[in-house]
Amino acid sequence: MQFAFTPEQSEFRAVLRRFLAEHSPTSAVRKLMETEAGWDREGWRALNAQLGLTGVHIPEEYGGQGFSFVELGIVLEEMGRALLCAPYFATTVLAATAILNAATEAEKGELLPPIALGDTIATLAFTEPNGRWDLGGIGMTATPLGSGRFQLDGEKSFVLDGHTADLIVVAARRPGSEGEEGLSLFSVAGNAPGLTRRALKVIDPTRKQARLTFDGVEARMLGEEGAAAGPLTLTLTQAAACLANEMVGGAERLRESALDYANLRVQFGRPIASFQAMKHKQADMLLEVQLAMSAAYAAASAATEDDPELTAIASLAKAGASEAYVSTAKHTIQIHGGIGFTWDNDTQLWFRRAVSSGLFLGDPAWHRELMLRGWGV
Amino acid sequence: MSEIDRESVRAEVRAWLEANWDPTLSLIAWRNRLIDSGWGAPSWPKAWHGRDLPAAVESVVAEEMRRIGAVSVARSGVRGLATATLLAHGSDLQKAKFLRRALSGEDNWCQLFSEPGSGSDLAGALSRADLKDDRWIVNGQKVWTTSAHHADWGLLLARTDFDAPKHEGLSYFILDMHQAGVEVRPLKQMNGHASFNQVFFTDAVVPPEHLVGRLGEGWAVATTTLMHERRGADGLAAAGGKAAERQGPIHDEERAENAIAMEPYRWYPQRAGRVDLILERAKATGKIADPVVRQEIAKLLTLAKSAEWTARRARAAQAQGRAPGPEGSLGKLAASHVARSAAHVHTLITGADAMLAGEDAPMDGLITEILLSVPAGSIAGGTDEIQRNIIAERVLRMPKEPRSDNDRPFRDVPRNQV
Repeated sequence: MQFAFTPEQSEFRAVLRRFLAEHSPTSAVRKLMETEAGWDREGWRALNAQLGLTGVHIPEEYGGQGFSFVELGIVLEEMGRALLCAPYFATTVLAATAILNAATEAEKGELLPPIALGDTIATLAFTEPNGRWDLGGIGMTATPLGSGRFQLDGEKSFVLDGHTADLIVVAARRPGSEGEEGLSLFSVAGNAPGLTRRALKVIDPTRKQARLTFDGVEARMLGEEGAAAGPLTLTLTQAAACLANEMVGGAERLRESALDYANLRVQFGRPIASFQAMKHKQADMLLEVQLAMSAAYAAASAATEDDPELTAIASLAKAGASEAYVSTAKHTIQIHGGIGFTWDNDTQLWFRRAVSSGLFLGDPAWHRELMLRGWGV
Repeated sequence: MSEIDRESVRAEVRAWLEANWDPTLSLIAWRNRLIDSGWGAPSWPKAWHGRDLPAAVESVVAEEMRRIGAVSVARSGVRGLATATLLAHGSDLQKAKFLRRALSGEDNWCQLFSEPGSGSDLAGALSRADLKDDRWIVNGQKVWTTSAHHADWGLLLARTDFDAPKHEGLSYFILDMHQAGVEVRPLKQMNGHASFNQVFFTDAVVPPEHLVGRLGEGWAVATTTLMHERRGADGLAAAGGKAAERQGPIHDEERAENAIAMEPYRWYPQRAGRVDLILERAKATGKIADPVVRQEIAKLLTLAKSAEWTARRARAAQAQGRAPGPEGSLGKLAASHVARSAAHVHTLITGADAMLAGEDAPMDGLITEILLSVPAGSIAGGTDEIQRNIIAERVLRMPKEPRSDNDRPFRDVPRNQV
């Protein structure tokens, strides 16, 4: 397991931090979060033209940069820190990883290069209105139409950037199957006939979600029929590791802002940072974020090395980061006092992301259970 | 230090050991031979039993000693703190008198810093040393003194000037523990062990040549001792056990020495919470099937693993030669959380049986010992609250709180009523 970043990785992080500070200040975040799409193509193109980020972990033979989950984790941590409004998690983390895990060589060669270039926005439609993150929660059916074609019927929800994606990777099951049996993955164009997309009103407007209704939508299969359970589980595990890294980036940014404010704010004739009540809170916040950060880095490293404990470590990191992010967000508002509860103070933007990310891909209790099962307990 | 240097040191020490290691010698005779060669403390100065080599060679020399099965110089207990402090601040006379006998194991040491009235606030010490007829006369009380009943010498922090401000009125002495004015009483803890002592001074005598550093500069000397104590805290438990399987009288002597030195630390693994027992115990009691207990187990393991990885990050940064980040200062506070959480989960897993003790309790009382030992971890070696202050002021650079104890003569500073 890798416990220290290489000088190249640290330099990569520094470049990203400068780029995102310039391109995603909170003024830009506030502007984009008010739009229905939640992101703009121009900013997305800049991201890819200058840094090639959409293909960071896609192998070079599919047009990507061929880096590992450690570099992907660095990208996500910095994006989480900047609260970047972009369909990156949907496209690169969820859709590209699902395709890498499930698709045939020919399908990868066709679908991944436009994603790596930043031309195709993609997402993964997994969860349904029941909000379950286990494979048994999938009810959408895929009915064979003959000659390798399928028809999808059902409803997906909590789909990241689902209303704007060009390509949707959909998890569905053979009619009559249940649990982990009979699951397959399909690709559907965003504008496919029979597909109705509705942007959901969400607690975190910097990351949009959609509900997708499939009414006899014709779809192409990805990979092998009925064999998606393994690739899907792996994708969700890797995505949990990635989300943990994104979350610790946001938590660390909040922690720093809380410390800055405490040093600035004067009450009773002294900076509130000089009160022991504040110092102890800040020390606890540092500890909580650092612990979550160590777990997130361990998860990225485990994903890179295909560690046999990956399932457990990724869920541990997701649970830890979820708790730390929400807790840091609460403390940061508290430390700001009244101003922290106002719309104009930026803390609320990260607070919303913390709440939403804590639930996306499953809440901490769910991941703690997955962690124990991952260790065979 | 380069790889080539390390390997040449390795070859040199290996050759010396092959020619000189003799398990038929007595422990003291062998150690004196080792000390004479400079290989007993290779990073010490040549003038004082060492070879002036960088600290990095210590591990190479230790590896070679293990390889051949040779006994090392005495390391256990407080003697490492004594030698580090004397090397930094001691007079030549003190170095000549004490360094060799500390390495050979002939002298045992204890640390006389904490007092009933000054725990976190060590510089508030009230034990006093007054100069009378060219001798220092010591009166007062110390507490939490590990192994005081085995010690020949004590590292004493005492007040020599009550009119100076708090930190400027302290001096540092070497105190002979074998004298009528020193009384050592064991201090029984809530877990039933008595690993520490109370030490009472009634006109105890210190000769003037046993003042370490200058008069009134004892706080700076004590800081050196404390710095080494924090640095060495991890190595404590590793001192024993190495020679367990080796045969022969010299190894018996070393084992006896270690047994005495390690006796106070027998319950320390329990103080840390014994996370290693959690899954095995949960399976044994069947609580592993209880979803509520599973959640608590998982929370504990998340915390313990994250703390372990944080320590690994700190070590990796150190190995890269980078300045330590915040991850390096968090270990002790994290360990307190882990221990408390582990005690909570052990209680959940054990259920009603956690009301029992001794042979009526699970694992012959070990679980009871965990529950009754964990509260010490967040106090000993710097309370959680002091750790938070250190993190806030040194890592986060937050402003210090205004204080009212160091801008006036110490005699005017409010103190405990006892």
